[in-house]
Amino acid sequence: MRLVAEKLSGERGGETIFSDLDFVIAMGGALLVTGPNGAGKSTLLRIIAGLLAPASGDVRLEDSGSFPDLQSACHYLGHQNAMKPALSVRENLAFWQAFNGEPRKDIDEALETVGLDGIDHLPFGYLSTGQKRRIAIAKLLVSHRPVWLLDEPTAGLDKVSEGRFAGLMQGHLAEGGIVIAATHLPLGLEGAQELRMEGRG
Amino acid sequence: MTALFIRDFRLALRAGGGALVGILFFLAVITVVPFGVGPDLALLSRIGPAMLWIGALLAALLGLDRLFQADRDDGSLDLLIMAADRHMLSVTVLVKCLAHWTATVLPLVIAAPLLGLFMNMTPTAIGATALTLLVGTPAITLIGAVGAALAVSLPRGGLLVSVIVLPLTIPVLIFGVSAAYGAMTETAPFLAPFLILAAITLFFAVIGPLAAATALKFSTD
Repeated sequence: MRLVAEKLSGERGGETIFSDLDFVIAMGGALLVTGPNGAGKSTLLRIIAGLLAPASGDVRLEDSGSFPDLQSACHYLGHQNAMKPALSVRENLAFWQAFNGEPRKDIDEALETVGLDGIDHLPFGYLSTGQKRRIAIAKLLVSHRPVWLLDEPTAGLDKVSEGRFAGLMQGHLAEGGIVIAATHLPLGLEGAQELRMEGRG
Repeated sequence: MTALFIRDFRLALRAGGGALVGILFFLAVITVVPFGVGPDLALLSRIGPAMLWIGALLAALLGLDRLFQADRDDGSLDLLIMAADRHMLSVTVLVKCLAHWTATVLPLVIAAPLLGLFMNMTPTAIGATALTLLVGTPAITLIGAVGAALAVSLPRGGLLVSVIVLPLTIPVLIFGVSAAYGAMTETAPFLAPFLILAAITLFFAVIGPLAAATALKFSTD
């Protein structure tokens, strides 16, 4: 499995913010997208996720196995957590597991992995910012996707959780997954490629 | 898909979900009519089906703007769109519409017979109105889904959705009310307008989700 981007350009509001990006990520590879605000990190991730059309160029998944295309092989963790405040943590996770299919860890196990076991009955809206983020990370674990697209994944996390999340990503890479993360903070991924986006500066 | 239905249904019933708002509005509108029209029982029973239909139509439009906007605000919409390979987006839209209809519009249909008593309607008229509401209101939700999808990125799209959707729901209203009158009077037919009403619902069950899904795909930037 390889994720290939060729001559990828992206634009926002009719203005090109990056152009001619080429990269190849093999199984077990990680790509860190860094750069100043407005450099197009989130736009790049949304283009890879198929939520935005690229201005030109093409991104695809080769030898994707049981997944028909790139979009279906992606977990996308955006700025928002995609959870409903009125539903309990368990209801939220159970929904995404059922909806996304390919169940991997069960919900108790996933909550234990992010260190939040025992709060599954609370409404998601009661949790703190960091806890919400950790539940959203648990969502990556309950169903299987080889490609993780993470947009500022550690925003709001404390040191311990950051370390734990680094371990989770390492585990995912060791299983032959692919991680693409847009971030300002070091994520603790060794051997990751870095794509520095310069923005308009 | 069942999971999506259950999630949306639960959300509508939980605090802030808005299932109650529609029925309270419906109740308020119908209760006020006899005060406005005056104690003319014959007149009330004659305009009863039409008032119930208008009340139900407006109440059904109330919560529609949040149909996709709530999901967009918390990022769920992106993931629903990304799952298009597993769950065709129009089917996702259809399931969301069904959940919305069951949670917020079905209670209106159930309350309609009770409110029909306020309007001095005969049992036949009450039955016919409830039946036409049952068959016709899904069309309102399905048409509304298109408006909701178009206005999903507008922060105050609520009124806009109603304005976009209202003209398109006029045929539903016309055939719904005329079928109800058909059941009440000897001279007017019941079956023909009722069948057209059913046809409108089926038609929009196909067109509505397709159009809404297309609009949603372009809403992701």
